[in-house]
Amino acid sequence: MTISGDLICFENQEHEKKHDFTDKIEPIEPYDIAVVGGGMVGMALVCSLASMPMTKHLNVAIIDSNPALGSKVCFNKEDPPGPRVSTVTPATMALFKVAIRRYYFAMAVFQECHMLALGNTLNSIGMHILIKCSALGSCICWLVEFAITMHMDVFYILDVRKEWIINRSSNIMKDPYYMVWDYTGLGYTRYNARDINKEVLGCVVENKVLHGSLLSCLENTDFQKTIYPSRLNLMTLDPGCSSAENKSSRAPLSSLGSLAKLELNDGNSLYAKLVVGADGGKSHVRELAGFKTTGWNYSQNAVICTVEHTVENQCAWQRFLPAGPIALLPMGDNFSNIVWTMNPEESTKRKLMCEDDFLKEVNSALDYGYGPHPKSSLLGAGNMFSWLRGEVTSSAKEYFEVPPKVVKLASERMVFPLSLMHAKDYASKRVVLVGDAAHTVHPLAGQGVNLGFGDAFALARVIAEGIAVGTDIGEVTLLKKYEAERKAANVMMMAILDGFQKAYSVDFGPFNVLRAAAFHGAQFISPLKRNIISYASGEQRLPLFS
Amino acid sequence: MASKLLRQSRLRALCCSHIRSTRFCNTTRATYAFLKFRPFSDASSSPSPEKPLSHCNTKTNTVMERGSTSTSTTPPNPSSLKEPELAKFASIAETWWDSEGPFKPLHVMNPTRLAFIRSVLCRHFRKDPNSARPFEGLKIVDVGCGGGLLSEPLARMGATVTGVDAVEKNIRIARLHADLDPVTSTIEYCCTTAEKLVEEERNFDAVISLEVIEHVADPAEFCNSLAALTVPDGATVISTINRSMRAYATAIVAAEYLLHWLPKGTHQWSSFLTPEELVLIIQRASITVREMAGFAYNPVTGRWSLSDDISVNFISFGTKNSQ
Repeated sequence: MTISGDLICFENQEHEKKHDFTDKIEPIEPYDIAVVGGGMVGMALVCSLASMPMTKHLNVAIIDSNPALGSKVCFNKEDPPGPRVSTVTPATMALFKVAIRRYYFAMAVFQECHMLALGNTLNSIGMHILIKCSALGSCICWLVEFAITMHMDVFYILDVRKEWIINRSSNIMKDPYYMVWDYTGLGYTRYNARDINKEVLGCVVENKVLHGSLLSCLENTDFQKTIYPSRLNLMTLDPGCSSAENKSSRAPLSSLGSLAKLELNDGNSLYAKLVVGADGGKSHVRELAGFKTTGWNYSQNAVICTVEHTVENQCAWQRFLPAGPIALLPMGDNFSNIVWTMNPEESTKRKLMCEDDFLKEVNSALDYGYGPHPKSSLLGAGNMFSWLRGEVTSSAKEYFEVPPKVVKLASERMVFPLSLMHAKDYASKRVVLVGDAAHTVHPLAGQGVNLGFGDAFALARVIAEGIAVGTDIGEVTLLKKYEAERKAANVMMMAILDGFQKAYSVDFGPFNVLRAAAFHGAQFISPLKRNIISYASGEQRLPLFS
Repeated sequence: MASKLLRQSRLRALCCSHIRSTRFCNTTRATYAFLKFRPFSDASSSPSPEKPLSHCNTKTNTVMERGSTSTSTTPPNPSSLKEPELAKFASIAETWWDSEGPFKPLHVMNPTRLAFIRSVLCRHFRKDPNSARPFEGLKIVDVGCGGGLLSEPLARMGATVTGVDAVEKNIRIARLHADLDPVTSTIEYCCTTAEKLVEEERNFDAVISLEVIEHVADPAEFCNSLAALTVPDGATVISTINRSMRAYATAIVAAEYLLHWLPKGTHQWSSFLTPEELVLIIQRASITVREMAGFAYNPVTGRWSLSDDISVNFISFGTKNSQ
């Protein structure tokens, strides 16, 4: 009909010719959004797009070579939990509740039920933690409460794992609490969920369960998505149209000319209005788009594995050792997850050593190794801050406890290098970064994925706002709105985490005492304590006194 | 000159007739200000008598024109336009889509203007506000479309859009840019004026003309044309800048001279209209103003939002009286 229309047809023919030669699918229909990386953050973005009225019509491509994306999610309940877990803060849970239909999320997580509510919380601020978990109970309460508010079929849920609930419900404790201590034995801090009038301070979920629930959430919608089981090879971004006038003498560009073109490893290529880089810390999208980053390596590695106790562990632990923190996160039944930060040489050694030696080292690190247990009344700290105390938080009077012994390794040991990285920009025309692609943090806080989820939901919301007013979703002015919103939150959290990492990498007498005093401050000054908890659970933007 | 005098007297009549009937408390003052300050450029005072031929470029013939620059006919010289204003915009036309260029303020303001339009049109035409394409089935004309900053979002929201502008270069830019996206390539861009469209007896469900009326020579005539383009019970949306001291300080002194958001000389304070004047003129053109909102700029976030304060930028939504 029109000239440019003819041109498109002509191009089609060309593509067909190419098709004959190379036997590749060359889709001409451009996608609205291409998500590179279908991990937890990428899938959270897609789920959240699928659940909003403004964005549910979008045509999305997901590029990830992970075979799990294509297959039906299923977990064997008899398998021990996997070594890779995430702590999910209440703020993230709230995002899931709002952004994604909580029905699917709750159902999926519930069915797999390696989920245990527990406090991530201070965890996040890097102080650490012994969590005595009423957790499980609270978690059920939480799910049932939402089931009711959402008019969900509560009985159905209960039926799914009736046995499990009955078994566990006898263990429900009413007060989850959190304890933090370090190897010097100079101080500890203990936090209760009820300090901030909350039932749940967070939960530990296996990554594959979280990912799986996002996938099944997506399967239950009629969202238009195409999964490309491949890797990104090359990305060509829009040449820019501000100089459109110059092109007037040339033949008109096809309508694909302004879109981002992605070429994949398997020879496919596709066009999209917006490319989302959700492909992790070594983001290929970030590299191809030329975003600059700042950051440094901590020259620390994290050893991650799942372990088994003889008794059921309902407590989460983290202890700051000279080389880095060790964390013991309960995962239901007798299983716990270990995240142990240490220098690279030690990590290689500990990955290769035999199971018995490794378990011995773990037990020593969680108990008397490196230093004594903290005493509850050390320095008379309870009285030292009494003038500041006002109303004492309930956890201030509770005592230190020792973690249960680890008896068996339940998974392989995995080693990850740790680094801090922050992209200077998250967005340019037609490209945007989310999650680890934009920022990686020290895991001592368990905040990495929570920041990522925050990014994903913020981006989905900004896209929806843009669509509401007819904006091109690849428009840089729109994407910068997302950047401005998330950068502030991410940089703040990164600075705090990095500060903690630095504070604990110094072993110097007077400094240790100061650090211990800070612990005591956090233990006994109620407003400070409340602020720390609510910041770490992602509810408050800045750790300021309210 | 004769026509100028004629027009002046017509305006005076218009204003006087409203002094009696209007319910705006400060209309009298505003009206006097109106009479006193409004300059009338006679450069383009009479409609060009030659060829009522349509300049309307459907997509096909624009594309053809693109190849040969020599096809460009002299820009139309219609009644409500000012020649220097046309030259002014032609000179910066290439930068329409540069979001950091001279039209940056429009880019930044655009989502807010569209939010207003979305909300009033959804309500008036009973469209689903939760839909991604709520304007499906509506015929909308964007008068003074420039580079298509407003036309393209309207098309993405589902409307059948016609964009018209008197500057041919603008239309060429708009056409090129719209063709980059299949959704917006359906927009019909015409290098013409509202008056010409009226002559062609075109009709639209909604007529939108944003930040244009302060650049035309004869706002009353312009509004008459907008009204004539609107179907009975259709919508008319007009935005402009108030002729207030605050507008002088912000839209001219701050935006043009201090912050350099806009090229110097973009706006003439004396060509601005107060809300009272605008209401008066468009009521005269048998459009009832239903809603009016102001735009407030937050210097900290750099964003615009809708507000009740119409002392600087404002937008009005009216419906054409069904006779």
